[in-house]
Amino acid sequence: MQIIRSMIILGLGLALSMLSTHAFASTTPADAAKATEKVVEAKSDGMKAKKVKDSTADHSKFKELQKDFKTGPEVTRACLECHTEAAKQVHSTKHWTWEYLNPVTKQKLGKKNVINNFCTSVESNQTFCSACHVGYGWKDDNFNFAAEENVDCVVCHDTTGKYKKIPGLSGHPNYKSMEWPPHSGKFRPATDLKEVALNVGKTSRKTCGSCHFYGGGGNAVKHGDLDSSLDNPKRYLDVHMDADGLNFTCGKCHLSDSHEVSGSRYAPTASDSEGALIRGSKGDRNPSTCQACHSDTPHKETSSPKLNEHTDKLACQTCHIPAFARGPLETKMTWDWSTAGKLDENGKRIRIKGSTGRDLYDSKKGNFTYERYVIPEYVWFNGTVKFTLFGEKVEDRSLVKINDFQGDAKDPDARIWPVKVFRGKQPYDLGNETLGVFHTAGKDDSAFWGNYDWDKSMAFGMKAMGVEYSGKMEFVNTEMSWPITHMVAPKEDALECHQCHKEDGRLAAIKDIYMPGRNNTPILDKLGFLVALLTLIGVLVHGGIRIIMSKRG
Amino acid sequence: MAERIYIFKRFERFWHWSQAALIMFLMLTGFEVHGTYNFFGYEAAVDFHTTAAWTLVGLWVFAVFWHLTTGEWKQYIPTMEKVDAMLKFYLTGIFTDAPHPFKQTTVSKHNPLQRLAYLFVLVIINPLIWTTGWFYLFYSSWNDWGVGWLSLEWVAFFHVAAAFMMLIFLIAHVYLATAGHTATSHIKAMLTGWEDVD
Ligand code: HEM
Repeated sequence: MQIIRSMIILGLGLALSMLSTHAFASTTPADAAKATEKVVEAKSDGMKAKKVKDSTADHSKFKELQKDFKTGPEVTRACLECHTEAAKQVHSTKHWTWEYLNPVTKQKLGKKNVINNFCTSVESNQTFCSACHVGYGWKDDNFNFAAEENVDCVVCHDTTGKYKKIPGLSGHPNYKSMEWPPHSGKFRPATDLKEVALNVGKTSRKTCGSCHFYGGGGNAVKHGDLDSSLDNPKRYLDVHMDADGLNFTCGKCHLSDSHEVSGSRYAPTASDSEGALIRGSKGDRNPSTCQACHSDTPHKETSSPKLNEHTDKLACQTCHIPAFARGPLETKMTWDWSTAGKLDENGKRIRIKGSTGRDLYDSKKGNFTYERYVIPEYVWFNGTVKFTLFGEKVEDRSLVKINDFQGDAKDPDARIWPVKVFRGKQPYDLGNETLGVFHTAGKDDSAFWGNYDWDKSMAFGMKAMGVEYSGKMEFVNTEMSWPITHMVAPKEDALECHQCHKEDGRLAAIKDIYMPGRNNTPILDKLGFLVALLTLIGVLVHGGIRIIMSKRG
Repeated sequence: MAERIYIFKRFERFWHWSQAALIMFLMLTGFEVHGTYNFFGYEAAVDFHTTAAWTLVGLWVFAVFWHLTTGEWKQYIPTMEKVDAMLKFYLTGIFTDAPHPFKQTTVSKHNPLQRLAYLFVLVIINPLIWTTGWFYLFYSSWNDWGVGWLSLEWVAFFHVAAAFMMLIFLIAHVYLATAGHTATSHIKAMLTGWEDVD
């Protein structure tokens, strides 16, 4: 094969030279980074320079922080003495408001408003959910969103790894020693706020991950492409975050400005057909896309021009993230709330664990399934996501789409994206005709996780939303899609052409586009091969008669 | 007594065999791209097909030039004269060793059926495969060319249809190559240039 190829290529260099119009010189950012790395190495080698800190301020030397802080807000007040505008900046971010107005659909989104199919909704459950809020004290609707000291600086800027906001404490870490995890018999010492404050620094995979790796109620549960294996990943798991290689922090791609972090799941950037983002360039392009560094013609001139020609239809992620949950951890794929609430003969909570130690059943939550190395589903996506929000009547209750990615083959802004589709079964209020909001966590008599009574928990949750529970509910099947964009594989693990270009390939569900190689013209094929076969039979018969006749003659 | 005439010049023979090889290779790779079987692997098949297609295009440019400058294009002017005699010969005479109704000469190399068949290849199959293949190759530039309204589905359909026509032509052509004065005389002629004629 090689020989045939090189013969053709050699013999007809002329024809080929025409092809080279496709050749644009390009180096990957990784190449460039490697080059600079070398320079730095050489320099530090030569001068035997001792390692300097990359920050110009050593917080452990600040007397403002040499205090025995009693609470988180006390630490924040100390931070604000120097960083006077920080809290105001944070106040305007999604991390603080948990609200987002989608400019295209005009839907009011954000964690505060969206009902998902994991723990479903924040309302009436704030004491627990706010363990991932960048604030202190959000336990109900009376929370003061204007108070600067309520901002939690250290959850993002901790470098000790010892700071942890505990679910149930409304966004606070534990100030006293307490049993954690609950009923485990293990005790967490009181948080040493002074140590944490003296060691603040830049955000890291660990700080971002302390919430984003644990979404949906546990490690690796929600996204599928974000879990604690990214604290210290190897190259195979993520080429950019590779701890022995590029070692990117989250912030390297998710560039922040005034505490506003770029990149949003509520209004993702599905396509960007411009070159790499250059410093100083105007406009409001999202700096956290692949294209922002790699441009939309990222493949080298030595590779097939077909690769760059695919970027008008495919998201980079489609080929370069061949599967999600590629680390050691399984991600949750389904959650069936309808089976929750079963108790053993003593009226006690039941928990059944699978062979990998993950819950398969929990009386509090119902049934789950988990998977690892999951092949994504693929959808057209132009960046607009429509949610089914509280109060929206659902026409077809056989399957409720929690969110719906928009776009199709004709849409020039749409690309084929890999998604994790999370499938659930959750309460629907038949009288009010809306997805249900129910009260899960709390020490009161309505919390489902204490009393296992759907009606009580629904009545409480719906009331918190300002609606009277109708008393009639059912469980509806729901689907929620999550764009897959992390855990980018090394290029040698990227998808190969034939994984899509064949019958029943990866893009079998994408039907509104012609793709060679997947049995597109069955009638023409049948007809063509039939006529070819008849011709063959014809000439064989003809030739046979000739041979017989000539032998006789 | 058999005599020999010089029919196919050096360029013609080179053109014929390299075209034959390329077309067969294009079929082999093309139908793999189409999804009919797995042989080279999809990516390699695409690369090979593209390279071979460019090569064939290059070859055709030379061939068209050659035909125009040498006047050899006249070999493909269709004629209905003796078509019936040719058909009759293939259906009966060939089995009984009847004399070939067509006499090859240097100025008229192809029998009337051949003329019609090759003309069909030249004016229908080739242009169809060319244009569709070309558009296929530059699929990503359609919008820039102002032909964004084209549908890949139909371009591919006609490309594949032409490929089938080529396959059918090839089968018949290879067989009829054995239907000369002797079973091998045509083939020998295409190799050496010299054909035995009656
Ligand atoms: C005898 C000559 C040829 C044959 C038998 C042939 C056959 C085929 C077949 C069967 C396909 C699959 C189409 C599909 O399933 O969608 C194909 C694809 C293709 N052909 Fe051809 N073809 C020939 C010549 C050419 C020429 C001359 C060109 C270009 C000028 C060309 C360009 C292409 C392209 C671009 C594709 C799409 C796949 C790819 O990128 O390789 N072909 N061909």
